[in-house]
Amino acid sequence: MTGTLTGRQRFWWAVIAVVVLVWALFPVVSIFATSFKLPSQLNLGLFWPKTWSTSNYEQILVGDAQTLFLSSLRNSIGISLIATAIAVVLATLAAYAIGRLEFPGKRLILTAALGVSIFPAISIVTPLFNLWRNIGLYDTWLGLIIPYLSLTLPISIWTLAAFFRQIPWELEQAAQVDGATNWQAFRKAIVPLAAPGVFTTALIAFFIAWNDFVYGISLTSTDRARPVPAALAFFTGASQFEEPTGAISAAAVVVTIPVVILVLLFQRQIVAGLTQGAVKG
Amino acid sequence: MASISLKDIVKVYGDGYLAVKGVSLDIAEGEFVILVGPSGCGKSTLLRMIVGLEDITSGDLLIDGERVNEEAPRKRRLAMVFQNYALYPHLTVFENIAFPLRLEKGQFTEEQIREKVRFAAETLELQDHLDRKPANLSGGQRQRVAMGRAIVRDARAFLFDEPLSNLDAKLRGQMRTEISRLQRSLGTTTVYVTHDQTEAMTLGDRVAVLRKGELQQIASPRGLYEQPVNLFVAGFIGSPPMNFLPGEVVGDVLRLPIADVPLSPGLRERLGDRELVIVGIRPDHFSDAALLEDHKRDAGVTFDAAVDVVEWLGSEQYAYIPFDTHPDVASKLDELDRDLDGESMRTQLVAALSSESKVRDGDTHQLWFDPARMLVFDPESWTNLTYDEDAARALDEQNEQDRKAALDRAAARLAAASA
Repeated sequence: MTGTLTGRQRFWWAVIAVVVLVWALFPVVSIFATSFKLPSQLNLGLFWPKTWSTSNYEQILVGDAQTLFLSSLRNSIGISLIATAIAVVLATLAAYAIGRLEFPGKRLILTAALGVSIFPAISIVTPLFNLWRNIGLYDTWLGLIIPYLSLTLPISIWTLAAFFRQIPWELEQAAQVDGATNWQAFRKAIVPLAAPGVFTTALIAFFIAWNDFVYGISLTSTDRARPVPAALAFFTGASQFEEPTGAISAAAVVVTIPVVILVLLFQRQIVAGLTQGAVKG
Repeated sequence: MASISLKDIVKVYGDGYLAVKGVSLDIAEGEFVILVGPSGCGKSTLLRMIVGLEDITSGDLLIDGERVNEEAPRKRRLAMVFQNYALYPHLTVFENIAFPLRLEKGQFTEEQIREKVRFAAETLELQDHLDRKPANLSGGQRQRVAMGRAIVRDARAFLFDEPLSNLDAKLRGQMRTEISRLQRSLGTTTVYVTHDQTEAMTLGDRVAVLRKGELQQIASPRGLYEQPVNLFVAGFIGSPPMNFLPGEVVGDVLRLPIADVPLSPGLRERLGDRELVIVGIRPDHFSDAALLEDHKRDAGVTFDAAVDVVEWLGSEQYAYIPFDTHPDVASKLDELDRDLDGESMRTQLVAALSSESKVRDGDTHQLWFDPARMLVFDPESWTNLTYDEDAARALDEQNEQDRKAALDRAAARLAAASA
């Protein structure tokens, strides 16, 4: 393959790129536009608001829906961060062992992780609901962190295992011969090289936890632990005749912004981290 | 500087594979020893056991007379250069070289570290690259950084694991000379693993030839070349490799495919009642009969050779002469060939002739060799029946004297430089 494209190829690539962008961004832009509409403008059938209003944002940040939204935002951030941290620490240790050591059941761990990740969440949520109620985990942070780990751990283990596999083992041995203890060799020769991979994995794990809806809505009932995606469903309009569409859109925009900012800031690391496992740098 | 001695070292891998079968070796202080052999002979495993990256199944490893079998690599105070260099990609060249010094916390001040790194960098001509990352260096520069990391600290010995195999041929030749010079000037005990017999011959004070985890012979390069103990060592050492011919013993004559050779009384006695032997003649022991003086020609054996192909290399030329081998010997030689990682298609003789020789492709040319330099091997046990213990010992003693002289010269130079 050559690096330069002909004019014709360039044209078709541009067309494909535009189609994909519109496909992916149209809903986001639509929600963004809706979030600035007044309740009375919702059913006018216009894409952009007639008058740009921030009333929806006021409602969720300082108005009626404040308690519902801000507490869920706190829950979402807390639960996602804790789940991510635990997943990354466990996955780093597991992936290091998988990448470095020969032990029976190595393939089993990887296969089991894959199996867990393809298991549909909806099929275990009902038994989990009953179990959590019985043992008192229902509507608690821990009650969400545990199922989130089942979502984030498999992908973290897989990405990190691929990442560790391509760090030459000789580096660690060289460090040991140079006079390092096992721990020093790990910290000074391996960790700096693994850091981008760990970072990427953490971001991916965070997004998975942040975006979950099924567990969030099924395993919580109050402000104590309800995360944002679930809380959005509990928004009400100003009166029972009003749809809370505007407020929901505003909240959706607020929770999407940190994700978008994170991705934009770290897109190079994410791409590097995702491709490094497969392609030898 | 330290002496290293291996006593009956055995390595069995977890899956039961016996990689090293009881190797004993004494490496003197300041000596440059090469471990050489075809792939899978256990040479790298042996080196990794010395440095401590591989557990020793049984046997004793002594450094300076102290048993270190169970010591962690960092306690052994050895420096190693890895085949792929194992440079730390996130550190600059300076920090890579300084890495071992920084690990010894509190041992050196920042000033001392800078001084030591500067010295190492100067020795290896890396001064201009200290701020660069390994990814931006050429293969030869990376190799030198790896060596810098080894020489920067007071290591008791240097261990090299095929350090030149990733370089191209020209650079390999230059680095080989560089390593040799460095070792001579520092006088540090060195163990060097390679599969390349040229590196082994040119670098080592002594060369240990390994085959399938067993030590075949340890001797000076010259000793290995002239007095190999068996067929394997004879075939491994030398390039182009030694020619092996079937020899039928008929009375006092040894019948080779190319000529009949009269047996000396001494050799006749050593052959005993064997009827078939393997005869080894080095390519450079053949000469063009036309270029020899009469008295010398008469002292050897001349024969007519149907030359198939001639390769002219400038300084010499290789003449290839196909011959029919004996079926009993052919199977033995096939086995040897497999051991040596070779894949020869046909049985042919190689003669390294002077470049003045008028030999041409397709000629029938008269060649000459001296039967006294011919080696005779037992086809079953592969032992060298012409092995001369006294000559071998004399060669090794001469070699040892040369080594001591070189070390003394280096010490004298060092003293002169510091005075």
